[in-house]
Amino acid sequence: MSTASVTEVPQIAPGPGAAPVRHWLRFFRSELRNVFLRPRNLAMLAVLAGAPVFLGVVLWINTPAPGSGGPGAGVFVGQIAENGVFLSLFAIYVLLTVLLPLAVSVVSGDSVAGEAGLGTLRTLLTVPAGRARLLATKYATIVVFCFAATLIVAGLGLLMGAIFFPVGPVTLLSGDTVPLADGLARLALIVCYVAAALSALGAIGIALSTFTQHAIAVMATMLVVVIVSEILDAVSQVAAIHPYLPSHFWFSFDALLRTPIAWSGVLHGLASFAAYAVIFGAVAWARMRRANITC
Amino acid sequence: MTTGRVLADPGLAEAAADGADLAVTTSGLAMRFRGGQLAVDHIGLAVPHGSVYGFLGPNGSGKTTTIRMLLGLVHPTAGTFAMLGTDLRDLDSVLPRVGALVEGPAFYPFLSGRQNLARCDAADPSADLSTARARIDHALDQVGLLAAADKRYRVYSLGMKQRLGIAAGLLRPRDLMILDEPTNGLDPQGTREVRSLVKQIAADGTTVFVSSHLLAEVEQVCSHVGVMSTGRLVFQGTLTELRSRGEPRILIRTSDPPTGAEVLGKLELASVTVSDGQVSAALGEHAPERINAELVHAGVPVAGLETVRPSLEDLFVELTGEGFDVNG
Repeated sequence: MSTASVTEVPQIAPGPGAAPVRHWLRFFRSELRNVFLRPRNLAMLAVLAGAPVFLGVVLWINTPAPGSGGPGAGVFVGQIAENGVFLSLFAIYVLLTVLLPLAVSVVSGDSVAGEAGLGTLRTLLTVPAGRARLLATKYATIVVFCFAATLIVAGLGLLMGAIFFPVGPVTLLSGDTVPLADGLARLALIVCYVAAALSALGAIGIALSTFTQHAIAVMATMLVVVIVSEILDAVSQVAAIHPYLPSHFWFSFDALLRTPIAWSGVLHGLASFAAYAVIFGAVAWARMRRANITC
Repeated sequence: MTTGRVLADPGLAEAAADGADLAVTTSGLAMRFRGGQLAVDHIGLAVPHGSVYGFLGPNGSGKTTTIRMLLGLVHPTAGTFAMLGTDLRDLDSVLPRVGALVEGPAFYPFLSGRQNLARCDAADPSADLSTARARIDHALDQVGLLAAADKRYRVYSLGMKQRLGIAAGLLRPRDLMILDEPTNGLDPQGTREVRSLVKQIAADGTTVFVSSHLLAEVEQVCSHVGVMSTGRLVFQGTLTELRSRGEPRILIRTSDPPTGAEVLGKLELASVTVSDGQVSAALGEHAPERINAELVHAGVPVAGLETVRPSLEDLFVELTGEGFDVNG
């Protein structure tokens, strides 16, 4: 056992609230480290990083004819041969269907339920980390993850596009051609838009995550939510509910690729994401505030 | 002090009269789970400052639920409590002064012991940032885990896990340590280590509130005990007071127990019991030497005679009932 004597006790702490921002940043960093250094999450990010590489190689080997391609993702396929920037957009489009929402579902579903499952939720709350503070830190981490995941897909798509295809002035969907810098700025806006869409999904995940200690149950539920939402969105008979589906505005970022930018579509999307984040953030807090932590 | 009054439990009446001397007081504290089961039945704890308070009871008697209420993890359905002079409504302001281990240690298996403590410290909104490293090392050293600090929690033995749980409570000086079953599942060596840790913590002036389902594991370190049984606090007081509850009995070893029992009956001793080769009875106010004389006079061959007090364990079992789960 210990040989330490009482006299070695290090000097201690000013009172609570001495530096709330620095304390929060420290907790936030610890939370980020836990999410981003977790082997499972790293593997997921690696898969997300691998997808644009794979797409780049496949499209380089079998380059589609300029102007070819159908609706949806096909809009971008036909332009890749002329401009590598479109590989980045194509990768975002393809991965936003399942893989990006899946990654966000895993991280957000794990956020509170995972801690409850390990029992570390009681450890953190008795520290005391504070229930509101813990929830806010968890959600901030999810938002960072959403940005990181989107950025990885877009960044590697751009890199692969630059390696395999020519890069230059960008011809928009509306037919105008803008300088490369303008095109990249629009790509950056699209990354932010998609990350916001995923963050709204993450709010659903963290809310569900406060109801159970089985993270895997939340992840499965989230996947059902995503798939059902996408299917319903494709069924015209239920068009009335389309605008309320969580995934309805995910792909509206093409509005950012037109001149002039169709802001109304983008803002509609952002309003939908904000509504989802607020509603499910409130659910999460209502649940977290009163929950009896018995695990 | 808003809840300084404490139920008149034996022993701590004087201490309770002055709530300021109490590190923990509860009043009518109750918890009913959704199923309708009353897990904690209106208990009035009184834990004096500077004491080592053994919170005893069989598994399922409500100890952990009580501790969860004290730490704000579950919300009482009735009653109130105060810790370190602070009412439960202001729990967040007092919890930094309370170190806790609830229902076994819970850490991240993929992090090392040191990383786990760093995470606990990072979660603390009032920890001293500049001394974090030194405090973490000090806590690890206190529980003897410095050498294993960089091993993953996953590979720790049960004893090491329990000690890391205690170390988390030692990250900063505390006025109160709440340890829930810190010896649960440990081998005798591990149990001794935890006991010596508790002694060490108490020696620094910290009040220690330690729960256990085994009296023997904590009786050596406790100054006070509270005994729970099916959600009720059935005894609270000093260890000495618990001991003095035991009625002394006289025990006679003889080859003729039936005649011995007859003699004891004539002397009007209560609850005479006869078993193979011995007879015993509650001693009451009788003098053992006179009983011996009467036995010899009646021709009972007395091979041995002694007065015995029930052990603490016996008293504990008597208080909590002989349920099948008494020993977990």
